[in-house]
Amino acid sequence: MSGNIWIYIAVMAVVTYLIRMLPLTLLRKEIKNKTLRSFLYYVPYVTLTVMTFPAILTATGDIRTAAAGIVCALILAWKKQSLPVVAFVSCVVVFVTGLVLGLIPA
Amino acid sequence: MADKENNGFLQGVKDGFPIGLGYLAVSFTLGIQCREAGLSALEATVMSLVNLTSAGEFAALAIIKAASSYLEMAVSQLIINLRYMLMSFALSQKVEPSLGVGHRLGISFGVTDEIFGISIGLKGKLRPSYSYGAMAVAIPGWTIGTLLGVVMGDVLPGSIVSALSLALYAMFIAIIMPKAKEDKHVAFACLIAMVFSALCTYAPVVRDISAGSRIIILTVLISLIAAIIWPVKDTQ
Repeated sequence: MSGNIWIYIAVMAVVTYLIRMLPLTLLRKEIKNKTLRSFLYYVPYVTLTVMTFPAILTATGDIRTAAAGIVCALILAWKKQSLPVVAFVSCVVVFVTGLVLGLIPA
Repeated sequence: MADKENNGFLQGVKDGFPIGLGYLAVSFTLGIQCREAGLSALEATVMSLVNLTSAGEFAALAIIKAASSYLEMAVSQLIINLRYMLMSFALSQKVEPSLGVGHRLGISFGVTDEIFGISIGLKGKLRPSYSYGAMAVAIPGWTIGTLLGVVMGDVLPGSIVSALSLALYAMFIAIIMPKAKEDKHVAFACLIAMVFSALCTYAPVVRDISAGSRIIILTVLISLIAAIIWPVKDTQ
């Protein structure tokens, strides 16, 4: 590992805090530029998608258990369940699928 | 939800409680991944305490593992956490215009997807005491969960750890899906992002791009193109 972990953490913390702090502290007007507003609107969803896919396929170490968990998460999210519920139930589905497939010794 | 007008510290604690519990569970899996990335319990715990962000920390682990530059770390956090800037803008309209700088600096620390969600849903103005109440349960939940994940991750059987590895991704799906369902442009942007992310992960040449850079480049390009083709209406 070439980088110092404490420096990585400090860099993260400073950047993240500045992002959260600057608009709230300095700006008391709305953003008017339409393209910038639209860009900021799409960013969270696109970035979460890129981080999730395709990494989620290999997250559990077995594509079949991952697929079961993904289908479960998609259905629950479609039904607008809360974040902890979607996360927890999907994990349970992965675990149970592993049991059924015999990946886990009973 | 009738007494939301009484939005003081205790109301913040009450509304923040389910958030704290959810954070505890999700950060546990983050802790497991911190350990795999080579972080000590102290490093992982401090990282969660001072950052308080799932997606950002999660991406940071990929950067630490790859031993990428500090600049790449800074840019990745900027891009991935850019949504907090949007939330911070929104909150700047939600607090009293006369609110002092000290309180603005204080509540800024707690701008997360979930705390923002409950804060922006309040009736009337957001009082800083409400934010502090929510932060008082959410921050320990996130920090302690990370610590437990690092310490207990290898005590748990591998089957449970591998099941928990899906938790963060499932949570991301839970953030994306309701919005994609409501706005088809977001859904298209996400589908395009999936295709290109898979392409950049597996296709020759581009697969050599580091995970951090891939996230930054695809996010900026796809969001910018979406913003130009499908600009949002003023009500959004």
